[in-house]
Amino acid sequence: MTRIGVVVFPGSNCEYDALAAVAALGAQADFIWHSETSITDFDGVILPGGFAHGDYLRPGALARFSPVMEAVANFANDGGPVLGICNGFQVLTEAGLLPGALQKNRGLTFICEPTTLIVESTRSVLTRGATKGQELVIPINHFSGAYTCDDETLRSLEENDQIVLRYKENPNGSVGDIAGVSNVAGNVVGLMPHPERAMSTLLGSADGRVLLDGFVFAPALAR
Amino acid sequence: MNFPVIVTVTLREGIADPEGATIERALPALGFTGVTHVRAGKSFRMTIEATDEASALEKATALAERLLSNPVIEDASASIGTSATGGSV
Repeated sequence: MTRIGVVVFPGSNCEYDALAAVAALGAQADFIWHSETSITDFDGVILPGGFAHGDYLRPGALARFSPVMEAVANFANDGGPVLGICNGFQVLTEAGLLPGALQKNRGLTFICEPTTLIVESTRSVLTRGATKGQELVIPINHFSGAYTCDDETLRSLEENDQIVLRYKENPNGSVGDIAGVSNVAGNVVGLMPHPERAMSTLLGSADGRVLLDGFVFAPALAR
Repeated sequence: MNFPVIVTVTLREGIADPEGATIERALPALGFTGVTHVRAGKSFRMTIEATDEASALEKATALAERLLSNPVIEDASASIGTSATGGSV
Protein backbone atom coordinates (compact mmCIF):
# COMPACT_ATOMS: atom_id res chain seq x y z
CA MET A 1 0.00 0.00 0.00
CA THR A 2 1.17 3.48 -0.82
CA ARG A 3 2.53 5.07 2.33
CA ILE A 4 2.88 8.81 2.84
CA GLY A 5 4.81 10.44 5.66
CA VAL A 6 3.51 13.63 7.25
CA VAL A 7 6.28 15.54 9.01
CA VAL A 8 5.25 17.00 12.36
CA PHE A 9 7.16 19.93 13.82
CA PRO A 10 6.41 21.47 17.21
CA GLY A 11 3.73 23.98 16.16
CA SER A 12 2.43 22.15 13.08
CA ASN A 13 -1.36 22.25 13.12
CA CYS A 14 -2.56 20.77 9.83
CA GLU A 15 -0.94 17.36 10.23
CA TYR A 16 -4.23 15.60 11.01
CA ASP A 17 -5.91 17.24 8.02
CA ALA A 18 -3.12 15.93 5.79
CA LEU A 19 -3.33 12.48 7.38
CA ALA A 20 -7.11 12.37 6.90
CA ALA A 21 -6.86 13.56 3.31
CA VAL A 22 -4.36 10.84 2.39
CA ALA A 23 -6.47 8.23 4.17
CA ALA A 24 -9.58 9.45 2.33
CA LEU A 25 -7.77 8.74 -0.93
CA GLY A 26 -7.14 5.16 0.20
CA ALA A 27 -3.46 5.34 1.06
CA GLN A 28 -1.71 4.94 4.36
CA ALA A 29 -0.28 7.97 6.13
CA ASP A 30 1.95 8.12 9.17
CA PHE A 31 3.49 10.95 11.12
CA ILE A 32 7.24 11.58 11.05
CA TRP A 33 8.39 13.52 14.14
CA HIS A 34 10.79 16.36 13.33
CA SER A 35 13.64 14.86 15.34
CA GLU A 36 13.77 11.75 13.14
CA THR A 37 16.95 11.51 11.11
CA SER A 38 15.85 9.13 8.38
CA ILE A 39 12.87 8.65 6.10
CA THR A 40 12.51 5.04 5.02
CA ASP A 41 9.65 3.04 3.54
CA PHE A 42 7.72 6.12 2.45
CA ASP A 43 6.47 6.79 -1.08
CA GLY A 44 6.05 10.50 -0.49
CA VAL A 45 6.46 13.14 2.22
CA ILE A 46 4.13 16.01 3.14
CA LEU A 47 5.21 19.02 5.20
CA PRO A 48 1.91 20.30 6.60
CA GLY A 49 0.67 23.74 7.54
CA GLY A 50 0.96 25.41 10.90
CA PHE A 51 3.53 27.44 12.78
CA ALA A 52 6.60 25.21 13.03
CA HIS A 53 8.73 26.27 15.99
CA GLY A 54 6.28 29.12 16.54
CA ASP A 55 7.32 30.76 13.27
CA TYR A 56 9.88 32.57 15.42
CA LEU A 57 12.38 34.66 13.48
CA ARG A 58 10.64 33.92 10.13
CA PRO A 59 8.21 31.19 9.09
CA GLY A 60 10.31 28.09 8.45
CA ALA A 61 13.58 29.68 9.61
CA LEU A 62 14.04 27.35 12.57
CA ALA A 63 12.22 24.36 11.13
CA ARG A 64 14.79 24.04 8.37
CA PHE A 65 17.33 23.09 11.05
CA SER A 66 15.15 20.33 12.51
CA PRO A 67 17.02 17.00 12.16
CA VAL A 68 14.37 15.58 9.83
CA MET A 69 15.08 18.22 7.19
CA GLU A 70 18.36 16.61 6.18
CA ALA A 71 16.45 13.38 5.60
CA VAL A 72 13.80 15.28 3.65
CA ALA A 73 16.53 16.82 1.49
CA ASN A 74 18.06 13.40 0.82
CA PHE A 75 14.64 11.95 0.01
CA ALA A 76 13.99 14.86 -2.40
CA ASN A 77 17.41 14.59 -4.02
CA ASP A 78 16.74 10.90 -4.66
CA GLY A 79 13.62 11.92 -6.61
CA GLY A 80 11.11 11.25 -3.83
CA PRO A 81 7.88 13.27 -4.02
CA VAL A 82 7.83 16.06 -1.42
CA LEU A 83 4.90 18.40 -0.87
CA GLY A 84 4.95 21.51 1.33
CA ILE A 85 1.58 23.01 2.13
CA CYS A 86 1.42 26.57 3.52
CA ASN A 87 3.93 26.53 6.41
CA GLY A 88 5.47 23.47 4.76
CA PHE A 89 6.05 25.58 1.62
CA GLN A 90 7.74 28.22 3.78
CA VAL A 91 9.96 25.54 5.32
CA LEU A 92 10.97 24.21 1.89
CA THR A 93 11.97 27.67 0.65
CA GLU A 94 13.96 28.36 3.82
CA ALA A 95 15.67 25.00 3.40
CA GLY A 96 16.63 25.90 -0.15
CA LEU A 97 14.68 22.96 -1.62
CA LEU A 98 12.47 25.43 -3.50
CA PRO A 99 13.42 28.85 -4.92
CA GLY A 100 12.11 32.16 -3.63
CA ALA A 101 10.61 33.14 -0.29
CA LEU A 102 7.24 33.85 1.30
CA GLN A 103 6.72 37.40 2.49
CA LYS A 104 4.03 39.06 4.58
CA ASN A 105 0.81 39.52 2.62
CA ARG A 106 0.23 42.79 0.81
CA GLY A 107 -1.94 44.85 3.17
CA LEU A 108 -0.64 42.98 6.22
CA THR A 109 -3.83 40.99 6.67
CA PHE A 110 -4.26 37.36 7.62
CA ILE A 111 -6.35 35.89 4.81
CA CYS A 112 -8.61 32.87 5.22
CA GLU A 113 -10.84 32.38 2.19
CA PRO A 114 -11.43 30.17 -0.83
CA THR A 115 -9.32 31.11 -3.85
CA THR A 116 -9.54 30.07 -7.47
CA LEU A 117 -6.30 28.59 -8.75
CA ILE A 118 -5.23 27.97 -12.33
CA VAL A 119 -3.11 24.93 -13.09
CA GLU A 120 -0.04 26.25 -14.94
CA SER A 121 2.04 23.10 -15.21
CA THR A 122 1.11 19.44 -15.12
CA ARG A 123 4.71 18.32 -14.91
CA SER A 124 4.93 18.38 -11.11
CA VAL A 125 4.12 15.55 -8.70
CA LEU A 126 1.16 17.60 -7.43
CA THR A 127 -0.47 18.52 -10.72
CA ARG A 128 0.20 15.50 -12.93
CA GLY A 129 -3.43 14.38 -12.54
CA ALA A 130 -4.80 17.81 -13.45
CA THR A 131 -5.05 19.53 -16.82
CA LYS A 132 -3.29 22.73 -17.83
CA GLY A 133 -5.62 25.70 -17.43
CA GLN A 134 -7.92 23.81 -15.07
CA GLU A 135 -9.48 26.01 -12.37
CA LEU A 136 -9.56 24.72 -8.81
CA VAL A 137 -11.24 26.26 -5.77
CA ILE A 138 -8.99 25.74 -2.76
CA PRO A 139 -8.77 27.78 0.46
CA ILE A 140 -5.82 29.82 1.66
CA ASN A 141 -5.13 30.51 5.33
CA HIS A 142 -2.01 32.57 5.91
CA PHE A 143 -0.31 35.83 6.88
CA SER A 144 3.03 35.33 5.13
CA GLY A 145 1.99 33.96 1.76
CA ALA A 146 3.17 36.50 -0.77
CA TYR A 147 5.55 34.60 -3.02
CA THR A 148 8.68 36.68 -3.60
CA CYS A 149 11.71 36.23 -5.82
CA ASP A 150 13.95 38.38 -7.96
CA ASP A 151 13.40 38.88 -11.69
CA GLU A 152 16.12 36.42 -12.64
CA THR A 153 14.55 33.66 -10.54
CA LEU A 154 11.12 34.44 -11.96
CA ARG A 155 12.47 34.10 -15.49
CA SER A 156 14.09 30.77 -14.71
CA LEU A 157 10.87 29.53 -13.05
CA GLU A 158 8.98 30.34 -16.24
CA GLU A 159 11.63 28.88 -18.53
CA ASN A 160 11.81 25.63 -16.56
CA ASP A 161 8.03 25.25 -16.20
CA GLN A 162 8.32 25.47 -12.39
CA ILE A 163 5.25 27.63 -11.79
CA VAL A 164 2.71 25.01 -10.80
CA LEU A 165 -0.34 27.06 -9.77
CA ARG A 166 -1.33 30.71 -10.06
CA TYR A 167 -4.15 32.63 -8.37
CA LYS A 168 -6.88 33.74 -10.72
CA GLU A 169 -7.20 36.87 -8.58
CA ASN A 170 -4.10 37.70 -6.59
CA PRO A 171 -5.12 37.75 -2.90
CA ASN A 172 -1.83 38.53 -1.20
CA GLY A 173 0.59 40.35 -3.52
CA SER A 174 2.46 37.26 -4.74
CA VAL A 175 4.92 37.93 -7.56
CA GLY A 176 3.38 36.74 -10.84
CA ASP A 177 0.20 35.65 -8.99
CA ILE A 178 2.17 32.55 -7.97
CA ALA A 179 0.40 30.17 -5.59
CA GLY A 180 2.77 27.22 -5.93
CA VAL A 181 6.13 26.29 -7.44
CA SER A 182 8.19 23.16 -7.98
CA ASN A 183 11.88 22.45 -8.18
CA VAL A 184 13.40 21.89 -11.63
CA ALA A 185 12.81 18.13 -11.53
CA GLY A 186 9.17 18.60 -10.49
CA ASN A 187 9.32 16.19 -7.53
CA VAL A 188 9.35 18.90 -4.84
CA VAL A 189 6.31 21.17 -4.76
CA GLY A 190 5.20 23.93 -2.40
CA LEU A 191 1.95 25.83 -2.37
CA MET A 192 0.23 28.22 0.01
CA PRO A 193 -3.37 26.99 -0.57
CA HIS A 194 -4.58 23.96 1.38
CA PRO A 195 -5.67 21.09 -0.91
CA GLU A 196 -6.15 18.87 2.16
CA ARG A 197 -8.99 21.19 3.20
CA ALA A 198 -10.74 20.82 -0.15
CA MET A 199 -11.58 17.13 -0.06
CA SER A 200 -15.38 17.22 0.10
CA THR A 201 -18.11 19.26 -1.56
CA LEU A 202 -19.92 19.08 1.76
CA LEU A 203 -17.19 21.33 3.17
CA GLY A 204 -17.05 23.71 0.21
CA SER A 205 -14.85 22.07 -2.40
CA ALA A 206 -13.42 18.72 -3.44
CA ASP A 207 -10.92 20.28 -5.85
CA GLY A 208 -7.98 19.32 -3.67
CA ARG A 209 -8.55 15.67 -4.52
CA VAL A 210 -7.16 15.86 -8.05
CA LEU A 211 -3.96 17.36 -6.66
CA LEU A 212 -3.41 15.04 -3.71
CA ASP A 213 -4.52 12.00 -5.67
CA GLY A 214 -1.80 12.71 -8.23
CA PHE A 215 0.75 13.29 -5.48
CA VAL A 216 -0.12 10.15 -3.54
CA PHE A 217 -0.52 7.59 -6.29
CA ALA A 218 1.54 8.39 -9.36
CA PRO A 219 5.02 6.87 -9.31
CA ALA A 220 7.92 9.11 -8.40
CA LEU A 221 9.10 11.07 -11.42
CA ALA A 222 12.78 10.45 -11.19
CA ARG A 223 12.73 6.87 -9.96
CA MET B 1 36.69 38.81 25.79
CA ASN B 2 33.00 39.51 25.46
CA PHE B 3 31.82 41.91 22.80
CA PRO B 4 28.34 43.42 22.53
CA VAL B 5 27.09 42.98 19.00
CA ILE B 6 24.06 44.25 17.14
CA VAL B 7 22.82 42.54 14.01
CA THR B 8 20.36 44.44 11.83
CA VAL B 9 18.23 42.64 9.27
CA THR B 10 16.31 44.55 6.61
CA LEU B 11 14.57 43.60 3.40
CA ARG B 12 16.76 43.91 0.35
CA GLU B 13 16.25 46.87 -1.95
CA GLY B 14 13.57 46.10 -4.48
CA ILE B 15 11.74 43.64 -2.20
CA ALA B 16 8.27 44.91 -1.33
CA ASP B 17 7.98 45.89 2.34
CA PRO B 18 4.28 46.00 3.29
CA GLU B 19 5.13 46.82 6.92
CA GLY B 20 7.32 49.79 6.00
CA ALA B 21 4.75 51.00 3.47
CA THR B 22 1.95 50.83 6.05
CA ILE B 23 4.02 52.78 8.59
CA GLU B 24 4.87 55.37 5.95
CA ARG B 25 1.21 55.84 5.07
CA ALA B 26 0.28 56.27 8.74
CA LEU B 27 2.80 59.02 9.46
CA PRO B 28 1.08 61.99 7.74
CA ALA B 29 -2.09 61.32 9.72
CA LEU B 30 -0.05 61.90 12.88
CA GLY B 31 1.44 65.13 11.55
CA PHE B 32 4.79 63.68 10.50
CA THR B 33 5.21 64.89 6.95
CA GLY B 34 8.20 64.58 4.66
CA VAL B 35 9.11 61.06 5.81
CA THR B 36 9.74 58.67 2.93
CA HIS B 37 11.49 55.38 2.15
CA VAL B 38 10.47 53.75 5.44
CA ARG B 39 11.81 50.19 5.66
CA ALA B 40 10.92 47.89 8.53
CA GLY B 41 13.47 45.43 9.87
CA LYS B 42 14.69 43.59 12.92
CA SER B 43 17.64 44.03 15.22
CA PHE B 44 19.24 41.42 17.44
CA ARG B 45 21.48 42.14 20.40
CA MET B 46 23.92 39.57 21.65
CA THR B 47 27.18 39.10 23.47
CA ILE B 48 29.88 37.24 21.61
CA GLU B 49 32.98 35.76 23.19
CA ALA B 50 35.96 36.25 20.91
CA THR B 51 39.62 37.15 20.95
CA ASP B 52 39.06 40.51 19.27
CA GLU B 53 36.43 42.69 17.63
CA ALA B 54 37.15 41.42 14.15
CA SER B 55 36.52 37.78 15.02
CA ALA B 56 33.40 38.70 17.02
CA LEU B 57 32.05 40.49 13.94
CA GLU B 58 33.04 37.59 11.72
CA LYS B 59 31.07 35.19 13.90
CA ALA B 60 28.09 37.59 14.04
CA THR B 61 28.08 37.99 10.27
CA ALA B 62 28.20 34.23 9.76
CA LEU B 63 25.29 33.52 12.09
CA ALA B 64 23.35 36.44 10.65
CA GLU B 65 23.68 35.01 7.15
CA ARG B 66 23.00 31.43 8.23
CA LEU B 67 20.06 31.97 10.56
CA LEU B 68 18.97 35.51 11.35
CA SER B 69 18.32 36.54 7.75
CA ASN B 70 16.97 34.90 4.62
CA PRO B 71 19.46 35.98 1.93
CA VAL B 72 16.78 35.53 -0.74
CA ILE B 73 14.95 38.62 0.50
CA GLU B 74 17.00 40.15 3.33
CA ASP B 75 20.32 41.84 4.03
CA ALA B 76 22.09 41.55 7.36
CA SER B 77 24.77 43.71 8.90
CA ALA B 78 26.66 43.31 12.15
CA SER B 79 28.30 45.98 14.25
CA ILE B 80 30.03 46.20 17.60
CA GLY B 81 28.15 48.20 20.18
CA THR B 82 24.84 48.48 21.93
CA SER B 83 23.08 50.66 19.37
CA ALA B 84 22.18 49.75 15.81
CA THR B 85 24.67 52.30 14.55
CA GLY B 86 27.57 50.71 16.40
CA GLY B 87 29.62 53.26 18.31
CA SER B 88 30.27 53.29 22.03
CA VAL B 89 30.03 50.18 24.14
